[in-house]
Amino acid sequence: MPTSITMPALSPTMTEGNLARWLKAEGDSVNAGDPIAEIETDKAMMEVEAVCDGVLGRILVPDGTENVEVNTIIGVMLLDGEDSSDLNNVDDGSSKGKVTSDQSDSQGEWTDVDTKDIADELTDQASSNTVQSSPPTSSQPLIDSETDRIGERVMASPLARRMAEQTNIDLKSIEGSGPGGRIVKVDIEAIQAQMSVQTADRIEDSHTDKPRHDADGVKEIRLSNMRKVIAKRLTESKQSIPHFYMTVECEIDQLLSYRKKLNARRTEHDLTINDFVVKAAALALQEVPEANCTWNEQSIVRYDNIDIAVAVSLEEGLITPIVRDANKKGLSRISAEVRDMAGRGREGKLMPNEYQGGTLTISNLGMHGVREFVAIINPPQSAILAVGSGEQRAIVKDGALAIATTINVTLSADHRVVDGTTGAKLLGAFRSLVEDPLTMLL
Amino acid sequence: MGNSFSTDVTKMTVREALRDAIAEEMRLDPDVFLMGEEVAEYQGAYKVSQGLLDEFGKGRVIDTPITEHAFTGIGIGAAYQGLKPIVEFMTFNFAMQAIDQIVNSAAKTLYMSGGQMSVPIVFRGPNGSASRVAAQHSQNFASWYAHVPGLKVVAPYTAADAKGLLKSAVRDPNPVMFLENEILYGHTFDVPNAEDWTVQLGKANVVRTGKDVTIVAYSITVARALEAAHKLSNQGIEAEVIDLRSLRPLDVEAIVESVSRTHRLVAVDECWPVCSIASEICAIVMERAFDDLDAPVARVNGKDVPMPYAEDLERMAQPQSEDIVEAVKSTCYFN
Repeated sequence: MPTSITMPALSPTMTEGNLARWLKAEGDSVNAGDPIAEIETDKAMMEVEAVCDGVLGRILVPDGTENVEVNTIIGVMLLDGEDSSDLNNVDDGSSKGKVTSDQSDSQGEWTDVDTKDIADELTDQASSNTVQSSPPTSSQPLIDSETDRIGERVMASPLARRMAEQTNIDLKSIEGSGPGGRIVKVDIEAIQAQMSVQTADRIEDSHTDKPRHDADGVKEIRLSNMRKVIAKRLTESKQSIPHFYMTVECEIDQLLSYRKKLNARRTEHDLTINDFVVKAAALALQEVPEANCTWNEQSIVRYDNIDIAVAVSLEEGLITPIVRDANKKGLSRISAEVRDMAGRGREGKLMPNEYQGGTLTISNLGMHGVREFVAIINPPQSAILAVGSGEQRAIVKDGALAIATTINVTLSADHRVVDGTTGAKLLGAFRSLVEDPLTMLL
Repeated sequence: MGNSFSTDVTKMTVREALRDAIAEEMRLDPDVFLMGEEVAEYQGAYKVSQGLLDEFGKGRVIDTPITEHAFTGIGIGAAYQGLKPIVEFMTFNFAMQAIDQIVNSAAKTLYMSGGQMSVPIVFRGPNGSASRVAAQHSQNFASWYAHVPGLKVVAPYTAADAKGLLKSAVRDPNPVMFLENEILYGHTFDVPNAEDWTVQLGKANVVRTGKDVTIVAYSITVARALEAAHKLSNQGIEAEVIDLRSLRPLDVEAIVESVSRTHRLVAVDECWPVCSIASEICAIVMERAFDDLDAPVARVNGKDVPMPYAEDLERMAQPQSEDIVEAVKSTCYFN
């Protein structure tokens, strides 16, 4: 009996993903472990591997389909001894998840019909589960109104849809005022009115209030999954986590000097200041374990492992790969891991387990000349360290002016988990380690 | 044409307008004659044929026995032979006896004779809900006849349309179902004094302009739609009201044009809701004006029950202006 290929859950929180493309065509033979399709999740591109040897019999969810629910049947594998005629014998029981649970009685009646093509039926069911299932040969991009129907269905009247299309308004960005949140004419008109006011503000000499076009110097950029996730999670974070902030200034002359010596002895890439910061933050959390916690609504969860996330900026957002057990790793290892994961992060090739979890993130904008800044906590973590640039500054030492290279480090902490003194202890421990890097060896 | 005539009109009832139309056509064309139960000596069960026997005599105003199936067949046979009968049904409830003649003998003959034999006949009489006559004598057959290829179906609201459409129906070479309304017989409207006032079949009439919603109605429901539009206007909604006048052919262009401006449709119809005139209009608007719609099309039909005898229930079973108001508000997302 042919085997269904279902949309995998690539992380515990994943409920849907985009089927970016098939790596095999219908009729290709496949060995267990072969990558057969690429799935785009909110953060990364992942490959689906074949679980058995066989032939890719049928593709049910074509390339480029967005928001495919986990467990949706995306294709059918033919095993040894089966051929395409077996596609007609796919048993209803072989389909898993939501697809079968939605079968109606009328579909049950069809089983008596000899010419029934179950694979087609599966396709129908898949589409009834709001999955776009046009033939895989179609390379035509889905128009908006169709992609809207997939998972993230936008309810809009036909008129509103047409008006939005004509004026380049993204329906997803509008909250509908009609029944059930349906976007209707007045909603579009409100947006158009706003747009024309903005246009009028921008173009002082012009009295036009034409709908905006790309040519008007305004371009609408479609949200990537990553951008949507960043927007959603950071909004949630800033709105729901009671942040508090504290800043310390750390002298790093010693750190710089050790860094120079160490780099002189290395054949690989240089250690960065940030590698020291990661290590120091990990050791500080080890010293102040009550800060190595996360908020779990009904409880606080304290971790034995110390996992430090490092913010890596990408072209279209950022990702925070995690250095696991950073307190137990040497600078060299930390440096190599950060470098490797940052590189793969930029290519969208990180595995979810490489960027999920952790209790604290390091966000370093020092290389951009930022003296100090305040960062937003990256949920589910409870703290983030914002690291500014290392600069020579005048400081007062033992009653006299002196020159020192310092960095300003600002801790944002979740007050539900970490109190002021805990935060101060953590920052203090961090500063001691950074200012006297030899203690990191203890 | 329509209601927008301001000069030279006479106020008259729908009953009188119909009588005038018949009389004028009988004067113009000796082939036209009237037949039916009580049309001659009794001057019509609803007094539509008053004075006609006196003017035209027994040869052209003919009382028939109480057998719809038979006299309808006689009328159709006369039409086959080139006469132009006007067959009055005392009400369309009784025309169910004759529906086989109408559908099989009148509607299909032009087709079945390969275009050689037309059936220039008008079947007229009161249709739709009357008052306190209960389930068997109070129902609307508009959708039954509008379903049949080969028939034309007309259902006027005003006296001017009743007169103008009936004259056009008599002159039309096809069988025309002319659906009157018992309650409207006594309603008074302006009717133009034009010498030969006719109204083209198949043309709707915008009886009230508005920008927010299109209400489509016919026959007595036009009155309820106008009443609803007045109430809505007080609440800030300007409804356009279209009197369909003809149900087959339907003036699809007029409906679609209006919906393209108002973006909303409420179809009012006294018929039962299943496969009704309103259903047909909703389907057409979905097909022809989908991208203009800002809300789902709405129907206001008679209730899906036989007409109750009890007065309060009878009222509730028919589409009333408050039902139309409610449908319009829902369509306009108006709370």
